[in-house]
Amino acid sequence: MAGLAILFLLSLACVAGPFLSPYTYQQQDLRLVATGPSPRHWLGTDNLGRDILTRLFDGGRVSMLVGLVATAVSLVIGVLYGAVSGFFGGKVDSLMMRIVDILYALPFTIFVILLMVFFGRKFILLFVAIGAVEWLTMARIIRGQVQSLKHREFIEAAEALGLRRSRIILRHMLPNVLGVILVYATLTVPEVMLLEAFLSFLGLGVQPPMSSWGVLISDGAARMEESPWMLVAPALALALTLFSLNFLGDGLREALDPRAARNE
Amino acid sequence: MNGSPFLQLIDLKTHFPLSKGVFFRRSAGAVKAVDGVSLELKKGEILGLVGESGCGKSTLGRTVVQLLRPTSGAVILAGRDLGKLNRRSLRSARADFQMIFQDPYATLNPRMTIFDTLAEALRAHRRLPAAELPARVGALMEKVGLSARFVKKYPHEFSGGQRQRIAIARALAVEPKLIIADEPVSALDVSIQAQILNLLANLCREMGLTMIFISHDLSVIKHISDRVAVMYLGRLVEIGRDVVERPLHPYTKALVSAIPVPDPKREKERQRIVLQGDPPSPVDPPPGCPFHPRCAYAIPECALRVPPLENVRGDSYAACIRVREINSWL
Repeated sequence: MAGLAILFLLSLACVAGPFLSPYTYQQQDLRLVATGPSPRHWLGTDNLGRDILTRLFDGGRVSMLVGLVATAVSLVIGVLYGAVSGFFGGKVDSLMMRIVDILYALPFTIFVILLMVFFGRKFILLFVAIGAVEWLTMARIIRGQVQSLKHREFIEAAEALGLRRSRIILRHMLPNVLGVILVYATLTVPEVMLLEAFLSFLGLGVQPPMSSWGVLISDGAARMEESPWMLVAPALALALTLFSLNFLGDGLREALDPRAARNE
Repeated sequence: MNGSPFLQLIDLKTHFPLSKGVFFRRSAGAVKAVDGVSLELKKGEILGLVGESGCGKSTLGRTVVQLLRPTSGAVILAGRDLGKLNRRSLRSARADFQMIFQDPYATLNPRMTIFDTLAEALRAHRRLPAAELPARVGALMEKVGLSARFVKKYPHEFSGGQRQRIAIARALAVEPKLIIADEPVSALDVSIQAQILNLLANLCREMGLTMIFISHDLSVIKHISDRVAVMYLGRLVEIGRDVVERPLHPYTKALVSAIPVPDPKREKERQRIVLQGDPPSPVDPPPGCPFHPRCAYAIPECALRVPPLENVRGDSYAACIRVREINSWL
């Protein structure tokens, strides 16, 4: 529950923050370059005289958007692909999994650079690139789960009852992999956020003057010695978010599993 | 109905192909789990099927209910060959036969309440108005000796015996005519076993169900069955009414000799026939009688050909060429 509360507060701040702040994310105040926290700039300013709090909220929007959208993309592709592969098995499964293996073998950075070169540095490409990488693991996990479920006796019993295939998948298979999907999704969000940070660090992700937590952290890391507040604030925000997401995943899994329910 | 058998298995074979090689799949023989089983059941009859682990009895059960499709042979239920049905007609035919599995916890979806599980089974083959469901589910629960109060609970909240009752209720929900019970009591405590056995026997009698009861426990089989069939390495070696009392086949004799007697005096006199070695691999069964490498009575002729299941006396059948020599009382 604490995880959910923190997450909610952070997202609210990121959504509403930029409207409430007297500054914009790209507004510079060249008299106040790289100053520490003060009543006018709560978290201080960066080396270009921009308000860090404002940039933090603004960057949070980008980071969270990337996290959610890319996770959603990878979830949809991964679950469908994995479920089909696991359910049908045999040759279909072998072929589908070899494709995954080949995609896995492609180096991620080169893949992203190629995308950027061919299609230009578009923001949307970031989602595509990250989604295209993350669904592979999801597909593998779901395939494994579906495969092991397929041989469980209650699935056989459902088949012996003469239920439709669609009903077996929807009512018997999916609810039993839901826990895994959720837990993995909540783990994917932070992973995606980190990937975004990594790409931004390389100059392939979010372009300045836009900010994201990854951009802020890499800027901060570069000036860690003279102005540590530039690193602390975004790092704390990212860490807090990732932490909350993990707790949330755990909480969700428990809430969805009737065996783990404490009361009743 | 009286003349023709209700369930007929004709030379039923279920083989699992083995393949070798990573790039080019070569066929490398097959596990002959069920290898030519023929039998007939009358309506309302309870047949006990025994055999040691790996002899193919569960595979036979699964093939009868078409969870596994047979390699060859036929499963004929009330005049219809189940193996020949396509997926759609098989799905609707499934209302006629149901299976009860060994592990009652594994057969219940952990995320569905008992009500959902039973309601789903009730609606699998019939359209029922939602308003009727609670009463129907309640009636099913009472039939298997459970209180209808429990319907909102999940499988993990029940004991093993209660779960097996739920699984039985689910099987009965579609009003089947044939039940395959695959070791339904072997996962349960001995004290619960008798309850479940009696429940099954009574239900069969009341509802006129035909049942194949699979177990590796001869005393359980004896308790519930009208007839007993003994399986060894994918084949039937003996079938009859008093298999446990008067075993004919050397393999059955060995099985029967392993049942402990509850009387200490007689237990001491009990002569155990201990079989040497393990059962041969069903991939590469020995030539001739599958039992001859472990049989105390084996002669060279046993290795020549597979002995057919032959009528020995009354309605007892055994697959042994020396059955009359071994059983001098015949």
